Amino acid sequence: MLHQQDKVFKNLYGLLDWRLEGARKRGIWDNTKELLSKGRDWIIDEIKKSDLRGRGGAGFSTGMKWSFMPKDLQGKSAYLVVNADESEPGTCKDREILRFDPHLLVEGCLIAAFAIGAQTGYIYVRGEFYHEAQRLQQAIDEAYAAGLIGKNACSSGFDFNLYVHRGAGAYICGEETALLESLEGKKGMPRLKPPFPAAMGLYGAPTTINNVETVAVTPTILRRGAAWWSGLGRPKNTGTKIFSISGHVNKPCNVEEQMGIPLRELIERYAGGVRGGWDNLLAVIPGGSSVPMIPKSICDTVLMDFDSLREVKSGLGTAAVIVMDKSTDLIAAIARLSHFYMHESCGQCTPCREGTGWMWRVMERLTIGNADIREIDMLLDVSRQVEGHTICALGDAAAWPIQGLIRHFRPEIEQRIANHRIKHPAVAVN
Amino acid sequence: MEQFEFTPANLKTIGEIIKKYPAGRQASAVLPVLDLAQRQAGGWLSSAAIEQVAQILQMPPIRVYEVASFYSMFNLKPVGRNHIQVCRTTPCWLRGADRLTELCKTKLGINKGQTTPDQQFTLSEVECLGACCNAPIVQINDDVYEDLTPDSLSKILDELKAGKQPMTGSQTNRQGSAPEGMFISDDQQAGSSKQNQQKT
Repeated sequence: MLHQQDKVFKNLYGLLDWRLEGARKRGIWDNTKELLSKGRDWIIDEIKKSDLRGRGGAGFSTGMKWSFMPKDLQGKSAYLVVNADESEPGTCKDREILRFDPHLLVEGCLIAAFAIGAQTGYIYVRGEFYHEAQRLQQAIDEAYAAGLIGKNACSSGFDFNLYVHRGAGAYICGEETALLESLEGKKGMPRLKPPFPAAMGLYGAPTTINNVETVAVTPTILRRGAAWWSGLGRPKNTGTKIFSISGHVNKPCNVEEQMGIPLRELIERYAGGVRGGWDNLLAVIPGGSSVPMIPKSICDTVLMDFDSLREVKSGLGTAAVIVMDKSTDLIAAIARLSHFYMHESCGQCTPCREGTGWMWRVMERLTIGNADIREIDMLLDVSRQVEGHTICALGDAAAWPIQGLIRHFRPEIEQRIANHRIKHPAVAVN
Repeated sequence: MEQFEFTPANLKTIGEIIKKYPAGRQASAVLPVLDLAQRQAGGWLSSAAIEQVAQILQMPPIRVYEVASFYSMFNLKPVGRNHIQVCRTTPCWLRGADRLTELCKTKLGINKGQTTPDQQFTLSEVECLGACCNAPIVQINDDVYEDLTPDSLSKILDELKAGKQPMTGSQTNRQGSAPEGMFISDDQQAGSSKQNQQKT
């Protein structure tokens, strides 16, 4: 169990003062100047040693990402962009950081920007988070007024400007290159990579894009040391993580815990357990809607980290745990997600634009059983033709929930088709 | 055709927004400026508003139009004073989002995508609003209402009808997204106000 003193997010529930004065009492903005004075190489090295992996879903090494930025900009600009376009179904952690502990993020932005040599930062907040974006702006204003950011930030000699940019309702803008397009004033359509943003990002300049939670934990890691962070969790899956637990639990909540905590412990200790008890559990989507679901038999023992969940053919993603008890119509639950991906596909790549709609229509028929048994394999086949054949990962994200459903619950789908046939013999084809 | 002119105050705000971006990159301001236009016009963007934005940001109107039609928060036709957006995605659905949509339909007498004749309410279903630990949730204009039941949503609609501002956030007095009951003593749980919790 994570000790109180090892928590980074001490105001996750908003009981304490979010303003600068309150933030300072929690140790935020403590000795920031000293951290910066150790130099960008030290910062990047320390983050590398901590084994921090990005909290936005992909789990890429943060120190590694920062080290991709050019050391010599030859007078050109570089940018830090923070991805606060939190829209992955099940995920609601960044919202709590934005509204209850925004100074964690603002301080993190200064440090990350310094480490990558960016004098300008943009925080792209999803448009629906109207009040959260205002709260963040207030925190930024406070930081400017106190000389913590802006010209000669924290008296370090480093100039850093930070801006809030609100989106306008598009899941795809959480994809980093779509976000850059959106920030440039265009439709949020992902770019082909390479070139990667570290070489050519915002306005064609070197850019690093990090998730809110990733940036927010970096000052604490530097203050307490890489060894402290890597001593939490499991090897290569280090530190703490905010888990968002939703769905059929008695007490849905966000909670910060160590990486690698058993899923069952997470649900029972913090979320009041599964509605109706653990034995009433049917399946869990462990990392936001884009990762495949896992049935109860796997939930019994699986650990909540990147590598453990990958071993069971799912993923940690954003660590948004969607719990479904035995009353759930799993086919309908996944059909809802298929509708989500159809709605959010930007339409740029044909496999995704056409495939997401096609898969949703089949899922809707499977929900009532109005299908032929062989269409299950056809659906699986189409999902594999979408997966990996698009510019960004939205195609994969649309395919995986369906693949997870078929992998673990094919007999249920077949049963539903059989039941429908009994009731509607004339409708049966073949 | 609809007329649209930014107010002097909004023109000043636009000037400040553009300054956030490097010189010559004023197109970056298109989302915030469209948002400003939509707020000024009472919740939607007419062609006139879009063209005005294009002119100010020196963008071809078609570029602004394609942005306005791409992002779901821009309404290209008028909406009621209260734009009710029920989250329909799986985490909210698992906790009864369908019942909220049904409540709105029967109580307001409109279907999804429709506006009441008195222009008070428009009903939409939207995808994940990002407050899943407080599901089911509904966003009305800029405010989010969380931990809803058909009963509590019904009361919120009544208050809006009466021109009042309902209490936003959790409707079960939860503190943020903390587990239910974590910070509340028993007598407070019996049904007192949010202010009490803040002091806990």
